[in-house]
Amino acid sequence: MELYHNITINHYLALSAVLFGMGALGILFRRNAIIMFMCIELMLNAVNISLVAFSKMWNHTDAQVFVFFIMVVAAAEVAVGLAILMMLYRNTHTTDTSVLNKLKF
Amino acid sequence: MLSEYAFWFLSFVAVFSAAGMIFTKNPVYSVLSLIITFFAVAGHYFLLGAQFLAAVHIIVYAGAIMVLFLYVIMMLNLNKLEEEKRNLWSKALGVAAGGILMFVLLAAVQRTDELNSITAGTYNADMGSTQNLGNVLYREFLLPFELASVLFLGAMVGAVYLSKKDLA
Repeated sequence: MELYHNITINHYLALSAVLFGMGALGILFRRNAIIMFMCIELMLNAVNISLVAFSKMWNHTDAQVFVFFIMVVAAAEVAVGLAILMMLYRNTHTTDTSVLNKLKF
Repeated sequence: MLSEYAFWFLSFVAVFSAAGMIFTKNPVYSVLSLIITFFAVAGHYFLLGAQFLAAVHIIVYAGAIMVLFLYVIMMLNLNKLEEEKRNLWSKALGVAAGGILMFVLLAAVQRTDELNSITAGTYNADMGSTQNLGNVLYREFLLPFELASVLFLGAMVGAVYLSKKDLA
């Protein structure tokens, strides 16, 4: 359905899919833990875009509240994740995740 | 008409700066590209009538989270260009897997024709306002809202504990 002039819900879903795919590509492509973290943020944002578009489509606020809670969880996740990253750097003096191969089969 | 151009403009900005975030070598430039992406996403929220979310998005992401990222990069002194130790084969596989995921998602979106037959009720321009969202948040979603504060407390304790000097 048309959200506003000539732009349908499918446009927003396509944008969301592209951003999500780029986030996944970044996680697979890069080995720097900070960049991988930022890619996770990008994927969360891609999902948020589609939720807000659905909220406009159904004229309902629940999806926007959901986006709000996703932001809350993302903020908590970044706080803990960056603390883990600091500890990783303190122990290995790098943020390259390819040094973390103890679990490798 | 204007909002249509705004959609395309914001989408291109978001996608290209996301690509810049992935493919630049310097982590500082990656953070700055991601901030541009977040501003474009906030613009999309405005276009969709979610004013409150657009403001919160800029405050939380560009104002707090990305500053935290920059702060960590500063403290670890990561801005020097460090060559990642990876062979070309695994990089190519990563790009292929990500590209295939994007392609499958786009193909799935393109086939959702039934979404176009939906006709929602009259559009309420006030839906994404602070007043309306506040009413919903403090009435229907009061319990999750309060639980979020417990989550933040746990995250804060965890972050402080993890960054202690004498820990393992």
